[in-house]
Amino acid sequence: MQTRRETLKHSAIVAGLLATTGLFPQYALAAYNKTAFEAKSLAEVLKAIGAGAPVESKDVTIGGPDIAENGAVVPLTASTVLPGAKQMLILVEKNPAAMIAMFNLTDSVEANVATRAKMGQSSDVYAVVIMADGKVLFAKKEVKVTLGGCGG
Amino acid sequence: MADPMRIRAQVAGDKATVRVLMSHEMESGQRKDSAGKIVPAWFIQEVTATHNGKPVLTAEWGPAVSKNPFLQFVIKGAKAGDKIGVTWKDTKGDTRTDEATAS
Repeated sequence: MQTRRETLKHSAIVAGLLATTGLFPQYALAAYNKTAFEAKSLAEVLKAIGAGAPVESKDVTIGGPDIAENGAVVPLTASTVLPGAKQMLILVEKNPAAMIAMFNLTDSVEANVATRAKMGQSSDVYAVVIMADGKVLFAKKEVKVTLGGCGG
Repeated sequence: MADPMRIRAQVAGDKATVRVLMSHEMESGQRKDSAGKIVPAWFIQEVTATHNGKPVLTAEWGPAVSKNPFLQFVIKGAKAGDKIGVTWKDTKGDTRTDEATAS
């Protein structure tokens, strides 16, 4: 016969196990920067990847719709005209985790990438460019979402 | 094994615009199923692109990239006939590599 207290305790343990199996084991990959992808804000992301303070720059472009009807598929582009871009990040400020994607560039590709992101709600989106000399430049744009793409 | 990617590489001058469409669920780990349990996250974490076998771009992705992800980038110094390869690896350790010829 189980008391109410024991039942509660057991369900807490099970919930803990579920959280562990459901959320964490896939982060076992070594090279993957888990901290950066769990960070909640631009500042936290930059700290996690060891980049300095960002400066807004007109040489960096973030492209996306002004109004996204479907938050599950929001086309975003990041580009810069400056030579020597090393990494480019795409972030959505109000998502559960701000970082969408990080691109490591080489000399053989242009600093111009496009992908599609999920957005939970209307938010500022950022394109961040980390230059070879360590400078961190960004551009931001507001995207309004009429139907969220996270949760269900 | 996941479905093949669709890769298109179009050459204009000495640059090739590569568009990749991958087939992947990209489960964010935020969604709940009908029983109220969280659907575990399952998404593409790493993407590598090669040009004639030489890596030119790597990307790390989070769960917020859309389902069936799209990626576009531009390779410098490419010409028609070049081989463009793309590899991804997801959180379950699955990987897939596909190759296309630039035209």
